[in-house]
Amino acid sequence: MIFNLLLYISLAVFTFGLIYKISTWFSRRIGISAKQIPTSERVSAAVKGVLGTIFSGKILTLIKVFILDVVLQIRILKEDFLRWLMHMLIYAGFMLLLLMHALENFISEPLFTDYYSTINPFMFLRDLFGLMVIIGVGIAIYRRFVLKVPRLKTSAMDHYAIIILAVIMLSGVILEGAKITSYTEYQIMVEDYADLEDEDEITALESYWVQNFGTVSPNVQAPFSEDVLSMGKDLHEGSCMDCHSASQWAFTGYATAKIIKPVALALDRVGTSTILWYIHFLACFIGLAYLPFSKMFHIFATPVSLLANAIMEKDKSDPANIATRQVMELDACTHCGTCSLRCSASPAFDALGNEYILPSEKMTFLKTLAAGKKLSTRKLSAIQEGVYLCTNCDRCTVVCPSGINLKELWFNVREDLVQRGFPEPLVLSPFSFYRGLNRENISTEDYARPLTDANRAVAGKFEQVMDPSTPISLKDREIVELNELPSTRTFSYCFGCQTCTTVCPVVAEYENPQETLGLLPHQIMNCLGLGLVEMASGPRMLWDCVTCYQCQEHCPQNVEITDIFFQLKNLAVKNAAKVADESSPDLEAA
Amino acid sequence: MKYALFLGCNIPSRVEQYDFSARAVLKQAGVQLVDNRDFNCCGYPMRNVDQKAFLFSSAVNLALAEKAGLDILALCKCCFGTLKEAEHLLKEEGELQKEVHGLLAQRGLKYTGKIQIKHFLSVLYHDVGLETLKSKITMPYKDFKIATHYGCHALRPSKITQFDDPVAPSIFDNLVEVTGAKSVDWTRKLECCGAPVLGVNDDLSMNLTKKKISSGKKAGADYLCSACPYCHLQFDTVQNMMVSQNGNDPLASILYPQLLGLSMGIDARTLGIGMNQLDISGVTSFLESGEENAE
Repeated sequence: MIFNLLLYISLAVFTFGLIYKISTWFSRRIGISAKQIPTSERVSAAVKGVLGTIFSGKILTLIKVFILDVVLQIRILKEDFLRWLMHMLIYAGFMLLLLMHALENFISEPLFTDYYSTINPFMFLRDLFGLMVIIGVGIAIYRRFVLKVPRLKTSAMDHYAIIILAVIMLSGVILEGAKITSYTEYQIMVEDYADLEDEDEITALESYWVQNFGTVSPNVQAPFSEDVLSMGKDLHEGSCMDCHSASQWAFTGYATAKIIKPVALALDRVGTSTILWYIHFLACFIGLAYLPFSKMFHIFATPVSLLANAIMEKDKSDPANIATRQVMELDACTHCGTCSLRCSASPAFDALGNEYILPSEKMTFLKTLAAGKKLSTRKLSAIQEGVYLCTNCDRCTVVCPSGINLKELWFNVREDLVQRGFPEPLVLSPFSFYRGLNRENISTEDYARPLTDANRAVAGKFEQVMDPSTPISLKDREIVELNELPSTRTFSYCFGCQTCTTVCPVVAEYENPQETLGLLPHQIMNCLGLGLVEMASGPRMLWDCVTCYQCQEHCPQNVEITDIFFQLKNLAVKNAAKVADESSPDLEAA
Repeated sequence: MKYALFLGCNIPSRVEQYDFSARAVLKQAGVQLVDNRDFNCCGYPMRNVDQKAFLFSSAVNLALAEKAGLDILALCKCCFGTLKEAEHLLKEEGELQKEVHGLLAQRGLKYTGKIQIKHFLSVLYHDVGLETLKSKITMPYKDFKIATHYGCHALRPSKITQFDDPVAPSIFDNLVEVTGAKSVDWTRKLECCGAPVLGVNDDLSMNLTKKKISSGKKAGADYLCSACPYCHLQFDTVQNMMVSQNGNDPLASILYPQLLGLSMGIDARTLGIGMNQLDISGVTSFLESGEENAE
């Protein structure tokens, strides 16, 4: 009664969750590209897309991808054999257990007329499948906590997944062990199947089971006489053998039975089997009900992602379908960390400590963003830096075992974030090269805005300090950052010949360069010579510098001008971050 | 001759033809390449923002190559220049260096400066040699004018990069001429391509590109030639964008290994001739054995 009630509740939650999660694929929006497309259009585009694919040549691609990437998981194998083994053990073991054991009423029984969970091969297979999952979970724990795969982060969701699997599996094994030793269970079986009246016969069969199958009896104990055992054997063969293989075949349960043997009687008396049975089923029901909301939902989303990405193309597919796919991809991410392991920009994470530089952590964050949670400015600036600090090398997309098209996701989200008005100094670096190549995908106005914001932020108080009425401040004479490298002190060799400015191709670009660039290279050196670091770190010249090193190469005094520019830019970025931190109005990003 | 191949970030994602063609010509030239999946960003784009992030990124690559006991062959000039800069900085001792060595140790890596960093062109010129290259040329070009683009980050700062004479470089011209093509003199040969500020100040970036293109045209060049993915993207993808805006005639750019490969008799498909955005299929018509080799 309670069993059925719980089963139906968890099934209902599961079904509701599944429908809800899939509906979010059509209702949630990520980034700039999805903004204009209503849910209804996305649903109809998806239906059209799916139908169009099924009745086209692409179906062959889908079949191939399904076999190689979904069933055999070749993408994981290519990356890491141990991980593939881990996942195959868990996935194959669990699927087989689900089909043969959990759904035995619906699958095993109709399929095999002689199905009985206590006879071979089913009894053996159940343990084998269970052991596969347990070994797989063991490898997962080993990888995350012992081997410590670089940049593999473990979140609460990863802990949950490991724990729920471990509880289901271990409770099952221990339940089996407890049942093997249980005298109560034994008595029920005798009543149901043997129907013995005679005292001697009862003792004989009991002795035989104690001797051979691990039952722990309060009445009889080894050693037994040959006669008793042979009589027990006859009875066993007559009444039990057809429906019950030797317990040893359930090898994990049997091993457990051996271990708990000394305390088996006490355990049986307190009804341990029943308690474990409840734990096992409750864990299964919790796992089922929570599945759509946990990372286990990837069981559904990842195959969809692999299949969708195998046939979708950036410029050919319906933008409505791409918008839907990008939300779906968030559910397909298993937080496996392959992207972060291979990320080209990962050293920046080591150096700057911003977790969001790692693609796997960006994905975790995107789930919150897509769900419409509000963000603090601090968080927004961290995620913005993380998303922008990307070399667009596409490695994450190439290696993702779930087939997620991360590069398109990053572009889309990056654009959305930098449009929110919080200045990002990284847009003034070669990290913007990719954005420049893709400028035709962004409106002119949107393209310029983040650049204007960032330029303003890194300029600091430049305009103010350049105002002739502002008294010159000498307090920033000893800027620590500028003393870090010996090369940056070279500005003191400058004797003002202006060669740097003369050879600069950027200066040569402008009719009135000082108006546009704020200060020219030789003037920046002059500022430094006078100790006016704030002034020197503010002009547009620094950010328009193409770093061609003409100035440095041609300087007769060996002033390392371009390298000093890099230092000044680093300083300006730090100052801008400080200012933003101090005056952060709590922007909401919903 | 065995090198750790350093591809960087642009080549695998946007300029794959450089990868394919460089591998093909290096194979013919007898240079063995070893791939290393653990290489990461050279640190170049981080230089504007954070010195430590740049230096550590570079140092990881240097340490990985040192661990493998191989010198680095970089295809990208910005990667090359940045790695050289890092090598230079890591010769000094200071707080920053200490931090970087500490971060390396956390990754189980160590860098002591035992390896060399070379650009693709340097390897061809110095290690393979013009004579060897010449012996591999089966279909030299005829009446073919090339404007060589040296690339700033390889040339300068010359004290650190030590690539060639910064004022009157000749390596690239010699490498072009070995194929039978003529390397023309052009006024903006040593200037910036514009790529470093693309996305930051596009007007400036594209104006610099425009000036280079018209200088190349004025010198009568049939094609620009580069050996750097940034320069190539600027002359190819960005010029293509500019062409569609202003309708000017393009001056297409060919990657050096594509140019060399064709004259070595390597087929156009292997060299990714069709993968450039601006059409360069006309190159084959300058090969001496002419039309029959054209695809």
